[in-house]
Amino acid sequence: MNIIEAKDVLFEYVQRDENNNIEEVNEALSDMSLSIEKGSFVCILGHNGSGKSTFAKLLNALCLPKEGTVLISGMDTKDESRLLDIRKSCGMVFQNPDNQIIANVVEEDVAFGPENMGVPTDEIIRRVDEALEKVGMTAYRFKSPNRLSGGQKQRVAIAGVMAMKPECIVLDEPTAMLDPSGRRDVIATIHELNKKEGITIVHITHYMEEACDADRVIVMDGGHVVMDDVPRKIFSRVEELKELALGVPQITELGYELRNAGVPIPLGILTREELCQYLIPLFKKKGVGPADA
Amino acid sequence: MLRDITIGQFYPVRSPIHALDPRTKLAGTMLYLLSLFMTDSVAGYVIATVFLVSCIKLSKVPFRFMVKGLKAIILLLVLSVSFNLFLTPGTTIFELGFIHISMEGLLTAGFMAIRLIYLVIGSSLMTLTTTPNALTDGLERSLGFMKRFGVPVHEIAMMMSIALRFIPILVEETDKIMKAQSARGADFERGGLIQKAKAMVPLLVPLFISAFRRAADLAMAMEARCYHGGEGRTKMHPLRYTEKDRIAYIILFIYFALMALTNLLPF
Repeated sequence: MNIIEAKDVLFEYVQRDENNNIEEVNEALSDMSLSIEKGSFVCILGHNGSGKSTFAKLLNALCLPKEGTVLISGMDTKDESRLLDIRKSCGMVFQNPDNQIIANVVEEDVAFGPENMGVPTDEIIRRVDEALEKVGMTAYRFKSPNRLSGGQKQRVAIAGVMAMKPECIVLDEPTAMLDPSGRRDVIATIHELNKKEGITIVHITHYMEEACDADRVIVMDGGHVVMDDVPRKIFSRVEELKELALGVPQITELGYELRNAGVPIPLGILTREELCQYLIPLFKKKGVGPADA
Repeated sequence: MLRDITIGQFYPVRSPIHALDPRTKLAGTMLYLLSLFMTDSVAGYVIATVFLVSCIKLSKVPFRFMVKGLKAIILLLVLSVSFNLFLTPGTTIFELGFIHISMEGLLTAGFMAIRLIYLVIGSSLMTLTTTPNALTDGLERSLGFMKRFGVPVHEIAMMMSIALRFIPILVEETDKIMKAQSARGADFERGGLIQKAKAMVPLLVPLFISAFRRAADLAMAMEARCYHGGEGRTKMHPLRYTEKDRIAYIILFIYFALMALTNLLPF
């Protein structure tokens, strides 16, 4: 079953001058169609201005498409009576951890969503316990968010969405403002939520490395989907990606350069282990062991 | 260090006063302030003093924290005391040139000073024993009736608590902008008051821009989490009166009745 179903979506940003005359129209998305299967982990890649953040906002009914439809679990985002249900089933985590935490205490922030939904008190407490547990932030329950690191704040934000019991979480560059260790924590957390809780994850990023473990990678450019495949196939298309001003993960790039230099290895290598697996037999054949063997 | 600034002046200890519902404390403070202006007799002031001192003792907040608030009103205190002291007509007890002090003046000035001081200490006691969040919650609940007159009570309370959350973030940001501008030669230290104020202007522009950007982001994040105003909202920690609050209300009532009675006394 598809949890997200976008069909022929057109979205434009209209800039108006003081007299309300249209000055400029920017098509952020045009003819965009995409469906995402329930329970999958999807990564959306694209350089700045490719429309990926706009697409994320459409999924939460924060923006409405000018043409076309967006269906979340079968609910049309244009249907105002289902607005809260849509936001309940498709939670969203934003880029800046500071600007999405509302309360002065971690547990109160996690409770914000359920409070808005009108969940009874005992149930809120149970959900907050559970959500904090799932993201590993229980120890910080009574702390002020101002004292947490970026990665911890982002995990609190994820807990805040989890407490709403969503079917799907859309993360709009959640790691862009984090240091490497914070980034690792956040990525590990969302992978765990996907595997253990079966939550559909739509992860928007411009770190290629983060896309390697996804079930499916979607590359966007100029408001369209230009590639849509499993990570290995996507990262085999190095030239095309470079043309779109995107890179490939470092290890993939190394494999690509080696292959270009005449080393017989396949394209689309995603991990260090994989590369070693191909290289070590080659060394052995030539009679030289790897440096540390 | 800037992260650690405390908003309000909450003093974190466990005490019977801290444990009270914020609504009880709000009502108590209001009644206390009212009672100070109701009485005019020595007996009344004695009761008010005993009541205040026992509350301070119960709250376990060191006395010097209470007095801190007084600094702000020193000028007001001096002014109102001297007006009352020198300008009240009556039986003269001291005269030197144009200075003239009467018995009545001395009494009114003394009472006035005590009233003002108790007023400040009384309200400090509330802010010292209640977290800003609890205070906002308490205000929202106790002023709830004003919704009927079209006052957006929930929205104001929400604004207050968001402001509390963002003050440290904006302070930190100001510090960052100041450092960035100092690095490019801006001078915030030198010059008189006016020059210093002028140096602040280029600081405010980026600060405001960033504050607006944050506000837009936050609004979106709140909407994404189903925020749609106060209607149909529940609370994780709803305010609930307990046995303690009942006792506090009874004590308050007795105190208030005593204060009212003192007006009937001849002295």
